Amino acid sequence: MSSPRPTESTVRICSLYPDLLGTYGDGGNATVLAQRLRWRGIAVDLVSIDAGGSVPDSCDLYLVGGGEDGPQTRATEDLLASGALKRAADNGAVVFAVCAGMQILGERFPDMDGVDRTGLGLLDCVTVRVDRPRAVGELLTHDAVITSPDGDRRPLGTLTGFENHAGRTIPGASATTFGRVEIGEGNGDGSEGVINGSVVGTYLHGPALARNPALADELLRWIIGDAALTPIDDTDVGALRAERHAAARSHELAPRRSWRDRLRGS
Amino acid sequence: MTSARPSPAPSTPSPGAPPPLRARLAVTVGRSVATVSRALHLGSGSVIGGRAALVVDPRLLRDLTAGRDVVIVSATNGKTTTTRLIAAALAGDRPVVSNATGANMTAGIVAALGGAASDATAVLEVDERWVAGVLQATSAGTVVLLNLSRDQLDRTQEVRKLAEAWRTCLSATPPATVIANADDPLVVWAAQAAPSVIWVATGQDWRADAAGCPQCAGRISFTGAAWRCTDCDLARPEPSVSVEDAAIAIADDRVAIAMRLPGRVNIVNAAFALATATSLGVPTPIAVTGLESVEEVAGRYRVTSLAGRPVRLLLAKNPAGWHEAIELLADPPAPVVVAINARIADGHDPSWLWDVDFERLRSRFVVATGERRHDLAVRLRYADVEHATADTIDEALRVAMGRPEHTAGRPVDIAANYTAFQEYFERVGGSR
Ligand SMILES: [Zn+2]
Repeated sequence: MSSPRPTESTVRICSLYPDLLGTYGDGGNATVLAQRLRWRGIAVDLVSIDAGGSVPDSCDLYLVGGGEDGPQTRATEDLLASGALKRAADNGAVVFAVCAGMQILGERFPDMDGVDRTGLGLLDCVTVRVDRPRAVGELLTHDAVITSPDGDRRPLGTLTGFENHAGRTIPGASATTFGRVEIGEGNGDGSEGVINGSVVGTYLHGPALARNPALADELLRWIIGDAALTPIDDTDVGALRAERHAAARSHELAPRRSWRDRLRGS
Repeated sequence: MTSARPSPAPSTPSPGAPPPLRARLAVTVGRSVATVSRALHLGSGSVIGGRAALVVDPRLLRDLTAGRDVVIVSATNGKTTTTRLIAAALAGDRPVVSNATGANMTAGIVAALGGAASDATAVLEVDERWVAGVLQATSAGTVVLLNLSRDQLDRTQEVRKLAEAWRTCLSATPPATVIANADDPLVVWAAQAAPSVIWVATGQDWRADAAGCPQCAGRISFTGAAWRCTDCDLARPEPSVSVEDAAIAIADDRVAIAMRLPGRVNIVNAAFALATATSLGVPTPIAVTGLESVEEVAGRYRVTSLAGRPVRLLLAKNPAGWHEAIELLADPPAPVVVAINARIADGHDPSWLWDVDFERLRSRFVVATGERRHDLAVRLRYADVEHATADTIDEALRVAMGRPEHTAGRPVDIAANYTAFQEYFERVGGSR
């Protein structure tokens, strides 16, 4: 899979192992990034690498989704063996990883048997198992900030999404985060997200980049620069964000549960 | 049991030997609860009534099916429709009792069986998770397995576990005949455990949930109609039933069929039903007449009236179901309404919307409604589908019918997920 970049102006986006790490609709992040480039007249080359496939090291942006414990371990083994993602990240490629995807990019994470596994070491964090119910529900981080690869602190507004995970992630000294969680669990220590250079991890599903266009555009800015980021009509996303903020603040952590739901649901 | 005894509709009680006293008492309790639940407008009284009945006697299912022919139908998608079609295919030949109302938990099955003649063949829609229990309790002679996929955001490991449970029970309590989908690797792996399988070629092209081999976790490779695991011996079995344009090829026969239910998916469902009926000795012409008579299934497909406007309701509950529902929608450019909720029964998190190929709606105007209409609108926006949102179904219909692409007098298709569908179904008077 080391086909040459078609032209310098085409942005190459690689979805890693959607068959292993595609349980929570995170494939939508690729759709969002590709469309936000196309709408701005920028050509996109979308690559999707299934388990067992060879990972290119020449893409501009890599996406790693959420998934279950077993497939998560298999994805880690494949990525460690290939080395391509690490080479790409070392060369400045942007990596955006969600949930289980973020956990495996850290230094260590627990596998399905609770055994510590070595991660890819692209993020300065460790994930540990904690004895509490899964964190499931709306996740809101107010006044979020991201540190760009050149060290600027860029405001993202409110980050919104849905979390569904068991592990707790502890960011290390060299990592930054998006900020303090207002509603939900996030990393588990009151912060949300882990950022090291051009590698970004989060617990946000929804998918994250559909719910948070400012974050999508910030990742794209790292590749195409400020000037190319022409405005996009985000009216629909604005309505969704307003509705989800209201839902999260009215404590809709577990959605409405009517008698009718209960009777029909099981 | 094979003498031709036409029955106008399934579940018509007819005289016969009564079930054991214990079962009769329990069913009486269950029925009075069902009446109360209907009076309280709690929706389908059958499940509530059945649940109360089960509390009275857990062995009820065994007693109520003792001495009957029993057909179990299960799948993630299409089980209600296929159960209805099998009941219709048998009904011209023998008395039939069925729970084809979407009440597919053990409780709903008990409620349906409570009023049936003791010699009626039971055609039972069974939730995927309950197949082992119902098979064990009923020793069903026929098991029909359509497909297995993720429901909402179930974890794929759980889907494999379901297939494993099917596999285990099919070898522990082997039915005389299994009728199974040759194009779903999970179903094939499960059904291969049974001694006798009729394989149906469905041409299923939803493959997102079957990427990994259920037998060895290797990779399944699909080439044209064929598929095989690249690491073990799991491969597509040779089917003996398949579907053509308006015909079903079964053994050496080619049976023309004019379904009133729309879409290729329903001819596939009819193929399962025809294979089931003929394996039970029903003459093909009688079965086909029954299949062709079905025009609605639990409120779906039929043109009805909502808020004074003609509509057709379609239900889809998960990405694989939406994949099929989009195919059933009126041809473009007719505008359509899509309704999404995210209550308990729908799954809390509608991110699965991004697993559905809504790009296929590009040539239509879509009105997004339901409690999670804004999630849908964002998905449609990124799919480049022209759309609007509407707070209520009434407004959604008004918008759709006001579009220039709408043909006056034609019904508007409403595709809805579970609780949204139930709400509209009740409004068109569908409370059973
Ligand atoms: Zn295999």
